[in-house]
Amino acid sequence: MSVIYLVLPLAVLFALGAVLVFVWAVRSGQFDDVESPRYRAIFDDDALEDARETPERE
Amino acid sequence: MTAIDAVHPVPGPFGDFPQNAAVACTHCTLPVPRGLIVAGSDEQFCCSGCRTAHDLLHNAGLGAFYRLRDSLDEDTREEAKQSSGAEYLEFDDPLFIQEHAAPLPNGLLGIDLAIEGLHCGACVWLLERLPRLAPSVTLARIDYQRRIIHIEWDPARAPLSAIASRLGLLGYPVRRRAGSGRDDALLNENRRYLVRVAVAGACAGNVMLISFALYGGMFSGMAASHEALFRWTSLLFGLLATAGPGFVFIRGALAGVRAGVLNMDLPIALGLSAGVAMGLINTVRGSGEVYFDTVTMLVFLLLLGRWLQFRQQARSSDSLALLGAVTPGAARRRTAEGGAEIVAIESIHAGDEVEVLVGDSIPVDGTVVSGRGHVDASLMTGESNPVPVSPGDAVVAGSVNLSAPIAIRVSASGSDTRIGRIMHLVEQASFNRPPIVRAADRIAQRFVAGVLLLGALTLLLWLFIDPSRAVPNAAALLIVTCPCALALATPLAIASGIGQAARRGILIKSGEALESLSRPGVLLLDKTGTVTERAVSVVRWHGDQSMKSPVAAIERSFTHPIARALAGMDRDPGPASPVHVQAIGSLGVEGAVDGSRFVIGSTRLIRLEGFQIGEDLERQISEAAGDGLTPIVVARDGEVRAVAVCGDRLRVGASIAVAQLRRAGWTVGMLSGDHPQIVQRVAADLGLEPHMVRGEATPEAKADAVGELLAEHERVVMVGDGINDAAALASATVGVAVEGGAEASLEAADLYLSRPGLAPLEQAIEGARRTMRVIRRNFAISLAYNAVCATLAISGLINPLIAAVIMPVSSLTVVTLSYRARIFPGARR
Repeated sequence: MSVIYLVLPLAVLFALGAVLVFVWAVRSGQFDDVESPRYRAIFDDDALEDARETPERE
Repeated sequence: MTAIDAVHPVPGPFGDFPQNAAVACTHCTLPVPRGLIVAGSDEQFCCSGCRTAHDLLHNAGLGAFYRLRDSLDEDTREEAKQSSGAEYLEFDDPLFIQEHAAPLPNGLLGIDLAIEGLHCGACVWLLERLPRLAPSVTLARIDYQRRIIHIEWDPARAPLSAIASRLGLLGYPVRRRAGSGRDDALLNENRRYLVRVAVAGACAGNVMLISFALYGGMFSGMAASHEALFRWTSLLFGLLATAGPGFVFIRGALAGVRAGVLNMDLPIALGLSAGVAMGLINTVRGSGEVYFDTVTMLVFLLLLGRWLQFRQQARSSDSLALLGAVTPGAARRRTAEGGAEIVAIESIHAGDEVEVLVGDSIPVDGTVVSGRGHVDASLMTGESNPVPVSPGDAVVAGSVNLSAPIAIRVSASGSDTRIGRIMHLVEQASFNRPPIVRAADRIAQRFVAGVLLLGALTLLLWLFIDPSRAVPNAAALLIVTCPCALALATPLAIASGIGQAARRGILIKSGEALESLSRPGVLLLDKTGTVTERAVSVVRWHGDQSMKSPVAAIERSFTHPIARALAGMDRDPGPASPVHVQAIGSLGVEGAVDGSRFVIGSTRLIRLEGFQIGEDLERQISEAAGDGLTPIVVARDGEVRAVAVCGDRLRVGASIAVAQLRRAGWTVGMLSGDHPQIVQRVAADLGLEPHMVRGEATPEAKADAVGELLAEHERVVMVGDGINDAAALASATVGVAVEGGAEASLEAADLYLSRPGLAPLEQAIEGARRTMRVIRRNFAISLAYNAVCATLAISGLINPLIAAVIMPVSSLTVVTLSYRARIFPGARR
């Protein structure tokens, strides 16, 4: 018997899993705001330290 | 912000700030600490976070963002000015907390507040580090797109007002969030679209992989049992894609058929069902063509197009949200003991007395009970001059108190106010606006008819030639002509246009607006703030020029709009330092410069003082009054030296822009709430026809005027900036809000021009025409591909491989051409 009979259903299962994870991500609101996360990503901890040394902003 | 707020917001680049003001950060407009000021540089930063974000934005071609930010910033500064320590006390009102905040399990409270002044990544970064700035906060999360800050805090450690005023000090005023229901509905709809796209994409990807194996088998042979396995698996995915995410098209087609219209969903549904039906039969039979790769890819790409289109839709306005954006959420209510307490606007009832400080927005409708001063009602009424008020006069919510504290007996608050009713009108108008017949819909009708006809033709033809191939060939035709590129043509071109426009400072909220702007129609302009400068300025000066400097120096101490106009004549008065400066009632001011006593004021004041006005200046005064302008007389040591004529001045380039628009075929008119005299003068300067010009129009009358014009003309474009324009903006085919306007007009408009003047409007119209050209080109391309496919299908030459190649190629061509198109001249791609 060819291995394809085992591999193909497995691949389908993987695909199903990926879709389910995506659906879960959408439902839990991870795609609601696609703007702010990209800003969060551009600041690393160095920038954070710099700003803490800056005198009071108000 | 305090150092900047100490001076009046002077228009112009930073160099125009009086010397006593601090250098403002290019990025966040906060004062730059002395040690960080770079001498001679146009760009100053208060911290490295600001510089990083600034560089990033510039490198990303988003420099126009700062212009937008600066225009919005006027409002922000205005509000930040009010944010003293007392501000936001209404947030501690138990009623407010109960209604807006949600208790969290560990004794904390969580709340979503609308936040202003969000500019960029640095703001997000800064605000999410709010726990460092306000220790009672445990979590702060920004939703940038919806302009919401979610705060979780410990009420035992600090009240919400302390957190809010900290945010206000940073330049991010917050306010209560109202009318969030529709927001949530849109969010859920967006999620549903995403899930559909994901399922369709997964199906398409997997079928495509399997199809590659099948294509390989077409050329080199394949075991029948393996081929059957592949076919059955594709069938599974094909059914899943069509019955799941693809079902929206079938439902849409059925709805169209019931309503008797041939919509774009019909050929899609036909193609999909033909593909699935034929594939199903051939898979079960074990011979013949299956088109599942094409079918699933179609569902995926079409859904992508739908999703794009959904995101381009104008969000209909919500009257509660609008009202919250325009009027203050709190009021200073007088207590029985004679003091004043700050309470949430929800706790104010008719009959209460509220105090309004100088510079504050009036929160309610009512009658003045004490205090005399001026209010600026320009955003409400379009009236360019400040209105004097004294006890007994009625004032409306949304006006700004300019010169002296007043107390008001409340007659209406919240949505019962006049402004609340106007916002309700806006909401109604944005629901009832006439639907635009989209180019895609018109073409779809003919396309569907054509495809159905060709399908019937193929069937008939092959019944004569080879009856056994009649049904497969007709089905193949339906599948390959499925209008994938056609459905992508409009959303892609519009998305590209919107993106390029944004880089030019033109924000387009509704894709349909671009279609409507592409052909000329009726264009209505608001006056104050749109074609004229928003602030009063000195239009003419008669008499002694050397008086300008001392007059400007004296007027610098006052906040009245006319004083600001006079002070603006000479921003650098040199060593002249006026003494004994004081106001004379509401008629004028006096002061001494270099030992000479100056009296500056209305003609009435000059006559009361007993000064003689010369014949020449007297003539200028009456001429100015005839033009609807305000003459201000300047006297030195009892002698009348000059007359300054104040009024609203045309924006630079306004007449040229109007002339060009008229040449392009637009009928240009004007709708203003200002006095007819003033409106007619401005209209004459612009060269407008008198019958297209109306003054003294109430907000309701403006909306009605737009409605009347819509009955006669296909397209009516309204351009305006005030709250009084909001209803008209919402009822017009396309509403255009201009730079610096009220937030309500922004909400109600389809288009927002972030640069002042009418030049961006011309650009937007030109861009709309080019967008339509791209759409037409896309249609031509996809129709050409379809013609080729149809010919192949009719001649019986199509097979799944050819279909699978042609379909994505046509879509790719459309995608590439849409994004490569230069829609807005000068916009960087």
